[in-house]
Amino acid sequence: MSAEPTASAPHVPTRTPRDPASRTSFAQRTEEALLDPFLRVKLRDALDQALAARAARADELPQFEEMRRRAGDIRRHVIGRLAEHVEQFIETAESRGVRVFLAEGAASARQYVVDLARQHGAEHVVKSKSMVTEEIGLFDALAEAGIDVVESDLGEFLAKLAGDAPSHLTAPVVHLSRADIGHLLEEKLGVPFTDRPEEITAIVRDHLRAKFLGSRLGITGANFLVGETGSAVVIENEGNVRLTTSLPPVHVIVAGIERIVPRWADLELFLTLLAASAGGQRLTAYTSVFTGPRREHETGGPDELHIVLVDAGRSDILADPMLREALCCIRCGACLNTCPVYRRVGGHAYGYTYPGPIGQLLAAGLWDAPSGYELAHACTLCSACHGICPVGIDTPALLIQLRNTAIEAGKHAMLRCWPVRLWRWLMLHPAMYRFAARTIGRHGVARFPSLAAAAMPGWVAHRELPAIAPRSFGRLWRDTRGFTDE
Amino acid sequence: MTVSLFVPCYIDQLWPSAAASMARVLRRVEVDIEYRPAQTCCGQPAFNAGHFAEARDVAEAFVHVFRGADVIVSPSGSCVAMVKRRYPALFAGHPLLEEACAIGDRMYELSQFLVDVLGVDKLGAELHRRAVFQDGCQSLRELGIHDQPRRLLRSVRGLTVAPLDHSGSCCGFGGLFATRFGALSAAMADETIQSALARKAECIISTEASCLLHLRGRIERRKLGIETMHLAEVLATREGARA
Repeated sequence: MSAEPTASAPHVPTRTPRDPASRTSFAQRTEEALLDPFLRVKLRDALDQALAARAARADELPQFEEMRRRAGDIRRHVIGRLAEHVEQFIETAESRGVRVFLAEGAASARQYVVDLARQHGAEHVVKSKSMVTEEIGLFDALAEAGIDVVESDLGEFLAKLAGDAPSHLTAPVVHLSRADIGHLLEEKLGVPFTDRPEEITAIVRDHLRAKFLGSRLGITGANFLVGETGSAVVIENEGNVRLTTSLPPVHVIVAGIERIVPRWADLELFLTLLAASAGGQRLTAYTSVFTGPRREHETGGPDELHIVLVDAGRSDILADPMLREALCCIRCGACLNTCPVYRRVGGHAYGYTYPGPIGQLLAAGLWDAPSGYELAHACTLCSACHGICPVGIDTPALLIQLRNTAIEAGKHAMLRCWPVRLWRWLMLHPAMYRFAARTIGRHGVARFPSLAAAAMPGWVAHRELPAIAPRSFGRLWRDTRGFTDE
Repeated sequence: MTVSLFVPCYIDQLWPSAAASMARVLRRVEVDIEYRPAQTCCGQPAFNAGHFAEARDVAEAFVHVFRGADVIVSPSGSCVAMVKRRYPALFAGHPLLEEACAIGDRMYELSQFLVDVLGVDKLGAELHRRAVFQDGCQSLRELGIHDQPRRLLRSVRGLTVAPLDHSGSCCGFGGLFATRFGALSAAMADETIQSALARKAECIISTEASCLLHLRGRIERRKLGIETMHLAEVLATREGARA
């Protein structure tokens, strides 16, 4: 177990998808992803379905745009005064008998859960899908402590079975086809091959049911933490959260400190928007609300309810007046579904727990800035994510800001910036710009193609270079007296 | 009203016929036009790459060049979006802020100017082609340009415009993205090109010359039989003069 990271030294996850981000670049990982001829088709089919359902649901909601605006306002209000809201939530939750642990770093969050499992003599724990537990590497920490972790979410179960991390926020194995899953189950569980969803589900259900019964500890995430009531709200479609939380005597909720919504009345808005944005549902099949452990007169619910509030770099993001906007995210995954880069390369290429546009923002804040900065450039600024975000996060504008931060922080700024300085000088001296363009047009690129290749290797490797026109527009305008001759 | 033309640096040098076509179209609808030769760039390439200081210097020059212009029209939606949407932040706290914002208010992309300002949607153009229209991302999502180019294209005699799969999705250009992540950018271009070929299109039309240069470079490398045309070039054709 690594030492407790401090607020100024961001945590590096122990377990990153496929390739540790530190060893390969995003460019290398995308080139690998592009070699997989099936990935694109698998992603396209699944993501198109989600986008079409989202569009249909948005049309059905008369006030959809107004809802987005309101949700954005509420999220910005919470993030703007997060410390206050966290304090209020802790106070209310504790008054309901919840044991709250505020974990400054990922290591202390992991340790808390591991200690809890040991305390209760849990040889195996059941866990539902949660990106925060992925982020902090909880699965591996429990495994290292000799505790068996049973993933109860179908997608998450399959991801772990394949040795993969989730590649999407809401659809962990969107990168696998039904046939891939059939082969995986055949290989790992020794069952006959099937690619029928009902049969796959039945196989996994049989495998999991026994595990639920013997578990002493259930772990879930939370989609929302309600400040007013101290409740944690978890949504899902499989019913596994219900089993994970109702059978074991101890329930631990692991959630980022930014999951808070202030009022109970806000939930309707957020549950509607989240379900609509993620997959076009009116509501997810199950919505579970956890407000304190089982009380004396109650027959169901856990004996102990713990909430681990994870900071792990969020306070650093909060301190950045620009990047804090990323904390408004409600993790619907719609920005991934619509992102032309994500759609082409999938989630693993990003190299961090959170892929896609929102992951590009979080990477620089939650993990290490230098690798995050590369991801800041992995965007064409098409703004499709901004257009679909339920809380209106303008990711492209923030990525441009991050690019600027990287330049300002860069050690090699002077060296790397000379082309920009040259460009600036030419743009400020129109006569020189025109002279340079004419000269290059006449002699340059045609005579020295290697020069062009050296200047723009990524362009010339895949495309022909455009030629400089014999007469620029400026020249044409002069020669034709402003196109009055024709 | 005199329309001042803004011809971005890359169109000026790499695709002057797109801007020349814009000038001819504006002449045809009897608009007074001028071209200020001191213009170079709006600053977008540096701004998008995060080089704010250099971008601001070039943007300042842009504001000086277009000082006093009634209306500015450009054949590039992304440059218009840069001025309209990014200048306010770029010039925050700068003495030129007010003037920079005022220039943005008077700036239009060509199809936007023709349809929304002049109320023109028939230009007497004729082009016998089967085409697809590729939206520029900034035109579509920053400036809300969707119907204007489509209305203009609908009036072109002989032209059929088939819908692209995933209309509105990015072609993979993204400025320096295209060279930094060359393979990925090319793979994204291939999606657009494939969709156009599946529609049996002979031509990809767009309001955005930069995206078209990227697509054209890819088409040439793959030796595919499909051409790229800027919207202005399509509109500048004339009825009777068959291309």
